[in-house]
Formats: sequence, structure tokens, C-alpha cells
Amino acid sequence: MTEPKASVKRYDAIVIGGGHNGLVCAAYLARAGKRVVVLERRERVGGAAMSEEVFPGFRFSVFSYVVSLLRPEIIRELDLPRHGLHILPLESTLTPLPNGDYLAQWNDHDQNRRELARHSLRDAEAYDEFGLVLHQMARVIKPVLRMAPPDPASLHPRELLDLLKLGRHFRGLRPEQFNALWKLLTMSSADYLAEWFETEALKATKSASGIIGTLLGPRSPGTAYVLLHHYMGELDGVFRAWGFAKGGNGSVSAAIAGAAQAFGAEIRTSAAVSQVLIEGGKAVGAVLEGGEEVRGKIVASSADPRRTFLSLVGEKHLPGEFVQSIRRFKFRGASAKVNLALGELPSFTCMPGAGPHLRGAVSISPSVDYLERAYDDAKYGEVSRRPYMDIVIPSMLDPGMAPPGKHVMSIFVQYAPYHLNGGWTDARREALGDAVLDTLAEYAPNLKSAVLHRQVITPADIERVVGLAEGNIFQGELSLQQMFFLRPAPAWSRYRTPVAGLWQCGSGTHPGGGVMGASGRNAAFQILGRRA
Amino acid sequence: MLKTTPFHERTSALCVSHAWRRWAGYVVASSYELSHEREYHSIRAAAALFDVSPLYKYRVKGRDAARLLDRVITRNALRAQVGQVLYTPWCDAAGKVIDDGTVARLDETTFRMTAAEPNLRWLEANALGLEVSIDDVSASVAALSLQGPSSLSILRELGDIPALKYFRLGQATLRGIPVTVTRTGYTGDLGYELWVSSENAIALWDALIAAGRPYGIQPAGMLALDVARIEAGLMLIDVDYVPANKALIESQKSSPYELDLGWAVNLDKGHFVGRGALEAEKARGPQWQFVGVEIGWDALERLYAEVGLATRLPATAWRMSVPIYSGVEQAGYATSGGWSPLLKKYIALAHLRSSWAKPGTQLDIEITVEHKRKRAAARVVKKPFFDPERKRA
Repeated sequence: MTEPKASVKRYDAIVIGGGHNGLVCAAYLARAGKRVVVLERRERVGGAAMSEEVFPGFRFSVFSYVVSLLRPEIIRELDLPRHGLHILPLESTLTPLPNGDYLAQWNDHDQNRRELARHSLRDAEAYDEFGLVLHQMARVIKPVLRMAPPDPASLHPRELLDLLKLGRHFRGLRPEQFNALWKLLTMSSADYLAEWFETEALKATKSASGIIGTLLGPRSPGTAYVLLHHYMGELDGVFRAWGFAKGGNGSVSAAIAGAAQAFGAEIRTSAAVSQVLIEGGKAVGAVLEGGEEVRGKIVASSADPRRTFLSLVGEKHLPGEFVQSIRRFKFRGASAKVNLALGELPSFTCMPGAGPHLRGAVSISPSVDYLERAYDDAKYGEVSRRPYMDIVIPSMLDPGMAPPGKHVMSIFVQYAPYHLNGGWTDARREALGDAVLDTLAEYAPNLKSAVLHRQVITPADIERVVGLAEGNIFQGELSLQQMFFLRPAPAWSRYRTPVAGLWQCGSGTHPGGGVMGASGRNAAFQILGRRA
Repeated sequence: MLKTTPFHERTSALCVSHAWRRWAGYVVASSYELSHEREYHSIRAAAALFDVSPLYKYRVKGRDAARLLDRVITRNALRAQVGQVLYTPWCDAAGKVIDDGTVARLDETTFRMTAAEPNLRWLEANALGLEVSIDDVSASVAALSLQGPSSLSILRELGDIPALKYFRLGQATLRGIPVTVTRTGYTGDLGYELWVSSENAIALWDALIAAGRPYGIQPAGMLALDVARIEAGLMLIDVDYVPANKALIESQKSSPYELDLGWAVNLDKGHFVGRGALEAEKARGPQWQFVGVEIGWDALERLYAEVGLATRLPATAWRMSVPIYSGVEQAGYATSGGWSPLLKKYIALAHLRSSWAKPGTQLDIEITVEHKRKRAAARVVKKPFFDPERKRA
């Protein structure tokens, strides 16, 4: 064996980080004929979109756990199904209530209306109209997802042209559409939903998508937009359709990696980048832990903005104002994950036994007050005593995730603030797991005895394992002041950075987080000098 | 009165959608649930159970059984090994396809033939002078199709399953029930068809459902099957072709070559019905070809965007004739199509004049957007659209 020397191979592009956005970016660059290498710190690709057999026979989407936001154009253009991606639809959402009743939202229109009417005839009627408005809003926003956000402060002709286009796009809206959009951009999700519905559980369950991943409550202004962001998920031309990747979210990453490799990209795992190599003010490569240098014409980092700029680049290479912006960029991870291996299915008091409701999501969000109280705890640095939970049982959709007859349960938990009073410890982690099980057992009494194994993941664990700063699942909060032309910093939203040859391609850029891939794709098109 | 299959007691209890359809005079479920979506996905991700009892089934037995079948079908029945299943078309004297189905060699002198249409008279007409008996066992033999990646694991729960290669059969005793198992199906996936005496039908159904539950078994109907068979590039009689004995005019008939079944025509064997015509057709080259077509997303999206709508995709597979153009000329027509939820592609099966049938050829397909006929770009692609390794592995 010879010592690895400074790599003689020169790449067109080096992509730092093999999460889904890094892989998407690499795949598009390779598709355009570029010689690309992906450098991934861990021994496997996927970042936070990965599957692992955590307990023998039980496979988990350890971190991110559903697919919906993944851009359909990426699935098409990279032909991900050919590389093994199979998205199974999630069918329903069940909200169990403390009084033993429930609210269910079903895919079937008639079934859904009948169920809503049980709670409120008005809500049952409003539901379709609400869906129509959000559909239209999603159509308005959708083209924005595919663009590099123009900087309104810039006088660069290209940015002005993009601004003009954007202006035209929005000027095409009817007044009532523009008003609806403005409301969505400015209101809290709870207030926005209160304009439509009266059923508490419905308002709460819907407003929950406005708070996911964010240290904000349903009554915090701006959360209505996040609601729309989640509405943008699209499957087979239908908005607000959620799915589960067969084999877990690791299969999403594996499919993208497969596509990237088929286009000729090289993927190196266990290749942690310690530093972006900068010579003469220009990024020319990456230095790996252990000293190996990998050189390329450009470098694209899919790591979050904090890691990219403050750790891999270093402040001395960056303008002070920019450093300030990145320092101020809010992460504040707010969510945790509990993965359970189950010997039997949970039986919910409100809907006992196995049934179609276990093939959809179960949402612990009985009322807006419940969610806001959960937020109150977190505001002051504590884990919610009664957290919001979004639960799926992947083995109900893909039996291969667990041994025959057994199950895996994925519980997204909020709030579990990164900045916990006294900090995260093993004991605090287990206390979080206990709080989750205690709360859930109130609705499904057999749960505790069904648990064979449990894995609790705190924001601190997310940061440690996957490298996401403060465990924020979106690489930075999806709050309005850090979206669009402000993501991650004013004047640097178009995937470029103050360092020549260095690009960003992670969720810390427009349009942001979720297993969406849009950042990676948009960045690749910018790097290639093309329009999406 | 429509007939019900031997599984009806179970299938009717499950059919909450009340969506039934006719098949060969029987009623079968279109979908059991309110939507066929999950039934479809179970074919590709777990296992789906179909009641395929309405198939016509014939037992062909006797010293000359192989000779009779060899005379009728286009493949070589004489060379078929015991335990082999042949998928094959059969033709009239002019070499036009009458029907397609399977021929399974159960032992040296016994075959089971499945068909979409009644074929007893046709078989008898070709059996003159042969020592063979032909029995219509359609009602006495019930059939289930278990399709999907988990199908083998489920069967193994029920008893010893012989290791079967693709298109091979074996005899098994599943929970005490004698069953003929064939590694066949209409989905292009790993799958098995189970042939059982109809009095044992319910017991077999119950055993499969119980053993299959931990593997995600899902009773599935014809809507789900239709999507899967299109993905698998498999044609359907009366939809993708008109059987020659029902055609009203000559141009409605198709030769096996025109249906992409040239591989199933064995001109090296002895005489069989239609041989002369098929030899000539092979030498001449078919005028038409049956191909896969992929409808371009961008073109589709643009057409809908022009009227201010999001792209609409068909919710179920369609079965109708849709014109396909090359410039101003009509290059052919699609006969089945739909959105593949697995492949995330809009696909169709089409008949194209041979000059336009090469994979990669760019064409236009007619599509109606907001009541107006438009054209969207479509590309000829290789069939099957979906061909997983596990199908043959």
C-alpha cells in the first residue's frame, strides 16, 4: 500500500456531502458531461435521507421519513424509478382525541366529507374550497421553486430580468389570489386556518405542517407559508400527496446515487472534508481529514451554511458582512425522532385493531392550544411535556421493513429544542423517549407492551450523526426572513458564494428543506450556466 | 344472470367499492377498495391476489395431445417438457391471431390450455383423426394469481413449493390442498398462478390470506391488473387486438408479427395452422408493429399550462383507440395506456406502421385538453416498460 498522495485526478466539480441535495447536484453535473466526485464524510451516502437496520430485522428511515416534496422533475430527469425508487402512497391522517373520538382525513373524497361532517357540516363544505385555494397557491409558488431567486437589491441585468419575470408572474394573479397569497405569506397558520375551519382537531392537524422543523408555534406569524411549502408536495400531478419510499428514505438517496453514478459521477464515502482549498481567492478543491487534497475546477458544498462557510471555508476568506449574515442564520433545531420496533400493531382506543388508518399518518394534534402549549415549553428551553407527533408505520406499507408480522413505527416529535436548558444528556434523551411513549400510550394503550426496541434521536444527535447544524432538519429554519432571496444571506441566494468557484447546493439555499432536491438541481443549473 | 366465481363468497365480502366488472360471463372485482391505488402498489411492493377463474381452461389429454396443440399453436408443443408452460398465440389459416394464452404440459399426455375466449370448437376442429380428448374444465378448475415480490415467501408458508423457474409448473400440497402452481402471471413481476379444484377454492383463498397477511397480501382487482400489464407490455384481447374470428373486416385482424409475437412463432417445426401465411409474412416483414410509447411530460405540462391547469393524468388505465401522428401523417394508434405510478411515466401500447416503429422515433399522440384535441410529443420505446430481475430470477 502506498500513502494516498495529492490526487492527480482533476475533476470538473467536487461536491461536498453526499446527502440527497449533494447527490442531485452531482447527478445533474455528471449528466452534463462533467467529471464529478462526491465526498461524503460518513461510510454511506444519504445524509439525513437514509435507511438502516437499527435492530436486527427492523429497518428504519432513521431521520427523514416520508417523500412528497421531492421534485417530480428530478424523478423524471434522473429516471429515479429505474434506479429503484418506488413511492408508496400514504393514505390518510388520523388524529386521535383525548375524549376517545377521532378526526380522520381520508383520500377518498366522499369518505372524507362524511367524516368531516361528523364534526362540522361547515368544515366539510369548506374543505374542498380550501383545497382549491391551496392548489392554486401551490401552482403560483411552484415555478418559484425552480428558479434561482433574483436579488431585489441588485442592478445586474440578469437579476433585473428575473425580477421582471417574477413580477409578471405575480401580476398575472387575480386580486383574490394575490390576497390569499399575501395572507399565506404573513399570517400564522392557526389564524389562517381559523378563517376556514371551526373543528379544533382539523385546524390543529393542518397547522402542524406550518411548524414542522421550526422553533415557532402555530400562532407565530409566517407559519402559514410553511403550511404552503408542505402543500407543494406532489405525487403524480396531485399536490399535497405524501408517500413512503419502499425500503425507506435511504432508497431515495440510493436511487439518486445510482443515477449519478450511471452518469459517471464518482462517489467517495468515508471521505470527510476538513477544509475547502482556496488559492488566490478561488476555491480549487477540498482537503480531506488525513490531508489528501482533491482538486477540481469548482467546489459545491451541500453542507449547511454554517458548516460550509464558518468551518470549511473559514472567516478569513469571507467578507465581514457575509460572515455576520451566516452567523445570524437561524438553525434552532426543534424536532426529535423516536423509532420503535414493535412486536404487534398499536391499537388506538378511538379506532381499535388493525385497519386502513394504520397505513396513513397518525397525528397527535388534538387542538391548536395543545400545539401552542407544546411550543410554550420549547420557547423556554424545555422539551414539550405533551409533544406534537407525526407517526407512520412504514411496515404497513412496505412489510419488508420488519420481520413478518412485526412492525416499525416512526415518530416525529416536536418540540425538542436543540438549546435545551442544561443541555442534552443520555438521561434527557431517554426522558424524551419516555414522554413520547407516555403521551402516545394514552391513545394506544397496548403500545408500551408492543415495544421491542426503541431509538431516540435528539437534535443534538442529528447534528452529531448527520452534521446538520443544531439538528435543524431544513439546514436552517424555514422562516420568512431566511427564505427566497435571503437564503442563506442577502445577495448570495443564487447558489454562488463570495469565494469564486465555490457554490452552495444544500437545503440552506432556496427553496429550502425537506427531501426536495430542488436546491441541488437549481445549483447544478446555475453552475452549468443554464436556466432550469 | 352473470356467473360468480368459486371465490365469490370471499371476494364479495371484501369488495367495499361495489365496483364489479364482467369477464367471460362472470363478475369479478374492478377494485376491492374505494381506489385501486393500493392494490396496484401491492403488486410491485408486496403481493396481490387476483381471482382469475373466468379464464377458459381446457384439459387436452391423450396419445396425440401434444400433436393437437402443436398443430394449433405457433410454438412447439411437441418439444415442450413436462412441467413447462408456453405462452403462445394461435392463428387461423391466414396466419391471423385468434387468441392467446398458455399451454402447460402436466405430464407426457396431458396439457392444460388457458384462453381468453371459448376455443373448444376450434380445438376439436383441429383434432380430426387424432387420439385426444378435450374437456372444458373452466368451471371445475378455479384459479388465483399471486403476484409480487413477496409471492414466493407467502407460498412457502403454506407448504413445500418446488423451485420453479419462470414459466415452469409444479404440483404442491398447500395446507392439505392439492394445487398446481405455475410461475406465470399477467403483471411482469415475480408471480405464481394457482390452479385448484373449485371445491377447494375457498379453503385455498383463506389459507393464502392468513399466511399472506404478515407479508402485506392484498386482494386486487382488474383496474390494478390493467396498469401492471401495460407496464409489463402485455396485450389484451379485444382491447389491443381484435381476434381474427371476430373481425368484421380484414384490416381489423393482426398477425403475431404485427403484435410483437414473432418470437413465439416457430417456423422450424412441422405444419401448424397458419404456417404458410406466417412464412410469407415473415419474409415480407410485417406492415404493423406493436410497440411501447412514452408520452413526454414536458409537452403534456405545456398543453395544460396553456389553459391554466396543472397536468392531469389519467387515474386509471384507459382502453381506447388514440391516434398517433408523424407530422401530418397518421403513424398508427394506441390501444391502451395510462400513468405508471411506479415508473412515473405516461405510457401506452400502440400499433404503428413499421416505418415508424423503431425505438427512439419521435411522434405525436392525440390528447384532449379541456375539450380540445391537441397533440403531445411521444417517443417509441422498448417493451416491457418495467422488467424487474426478480421476474425471471
